Amino acid sequence: MDSQEVFEKVVKILTPYVKNQDALEGVALETHILDELKVNSARLVDVVLEFEDAFDIEIADEDVDSVETVGNAVDLIVSKLG
Amino acid sequence: MNRRVVVTGLGAVTPNANSVDTFADALQQGRSGIRANAQMAELGFASQVAGVPQGVDAIAESYFPEELLRAMNLSHRYAAVAAVDAWTDAGLEIPGPDADPDWETGTVLGTGVGGMDTTAERVVPFTSEGRVRRLGSTAVEQVMASGVSARLSGILALGNQTTTNSSACSTGAEAVAMGAERIRQGLASRMLCGGSEAASPYIWSGFDAMRVLCRKFNEDPEAASRPMSGSAAGFVAGSGAGVLMLESLESAQERGARIRGEVLGYALNCGGHRGGGSMTAPNPESVRRCIGAALADAEIGPTDVGAINGHLTATGADPREVEAWADALSGRPDGLPPITSTKSMIGHALGAAGAIESVACLLMLEGSFVHPSINCRDVHPDIEKWADSIPHEVREVPDLDIIIKSGFGFGDVNVCLVFRRWNPGRS
Repeated sequence: MDSQEVFEKVVKILTPYVKNQDALEGVALETHILDELKVNSARLVDVVLEFEDAFDIEIADEDVDSVETVGNAVDLIVSKLG
Repeated sequence: MNRRVVVTGLGAVTPNANSVDTFADALQQGRSGIRANAQMAELGFASQVAGVPQGVDAIAESYFPEELLRAMNLSHRYAAVAAVDAWTDAGLEIPGPDADPDWETGTVLGTGVGGMDTTAERVVPFTSEGRVRRLGSTAVEQVMASGVSARLSGILALGNQTTTNSSACSTGAEAVAMGAERIRQGLASRMLCGGSEAASPYIWSGFDAMRVLCRKFNEDPEAASRPMSGSAAGFVAGSGAGVLMLESLESAQERGARIRGEVLGYALNCGGHRGGGSMTAPNPESVRRCIGAALADAEIGPTDVGAINGHLTATGADPREVEAWADALSGRPDGLPPITSTKSMIGHALGAAGAIESVACLLMLEGSFVHPSINCRDVHPDIEKWADSIPHEVREVPDLDIIIKSGFGFGDVNVCLVFRRWNPGRS
């Protein structure tokens, strides 16, 4: 799976949680998940569980701490897919 | 301050209807919402019939965004749909995410058991299997008792008191009394009040084990809920939600709201598990006192009561309840006014029952009818002398003015509400 495919899947998983639809329309790797997409921070644990299920990977809690942008999430997932 | 409290909005999700208009029709028709329940049969319940609202998911999906739906269990869904319906029925707009909280509107939205479906299907298995993190972020808000009222606050930007009451089978009616009290006291202009209970075998199994659920009519579900009948064999598990928008008369008149009825009075008490009362049975003295106190609070006498929508669950307690009504309303030439049980059509919706049945009271006042109490043509012999007061078909009562509604719950807790038809010409 290439990065573009991962990006598309990540955006699809984030979509129901996004409160800022304008930011979603222009979503890119550098888009900030909390500040720009306005995802409720409490829901990030659900997003991570969905990443795990969608990509069949395991994500440690400390890995999540480094995820701020959509690109951070894509990089993390790609690294796990190895 | 002792302001008048009126009802300006109604919402209901019940086993025989999923909107207020269809509920009014179902009540008129005496339509049963009790069906065979495959899950109960599969799990080896003795009782295999239940009342479960139909088509609610489709309504919820049309009302709420995906993220919210994922965080709502069944009790939340029932409550949220009924609350939004009550809100729009009251002529109010659903506020957007950037709206200010409505500081004058709050909610008392109760539940008897709460998020047991979430507990049973997610919290217990995931925790026991050592998979705690798989619970995600939404388990707490679905199992915390106040989750259901907090949910409404989020959807409707409620800025006044937001709480969940719980008093077993009295819950829904108690919520109405509590919200009305807050408005009377001048602490809120509007309170969304009611109760919600999920449909879940995990909620019903304990009742089945107690042998209080009806197990004799599994082959004839619509006949299973038989309040006041000589062949009553226990209550039928029910579920759903009822919500009433209560409002101060001043607020309702100021904004030109349609007034659907008045909360004229109410009373709450407990029998203290004495004098025949227990965790599971009401102290008859406390029942009589509760009814009497509600009449006193409403400043009416026994002859003013036009109809009774009783607690009447289809257990052995029904004849005692009818006797208590006759006692509390003694002095009437007719013995008892029409007395009916909404549970005959929808089963016992536990924490939601008193709220759904209060909605039924308002609909009966508006429509000048008393709905039938179905499945009791064989009236229990102990209450034979009041048999004429039990309507088996819809009874038109053109001058119906006051209906009294009671709830008697496990814990020996009682509530009694007095509703009056709205008549703008009367002071």
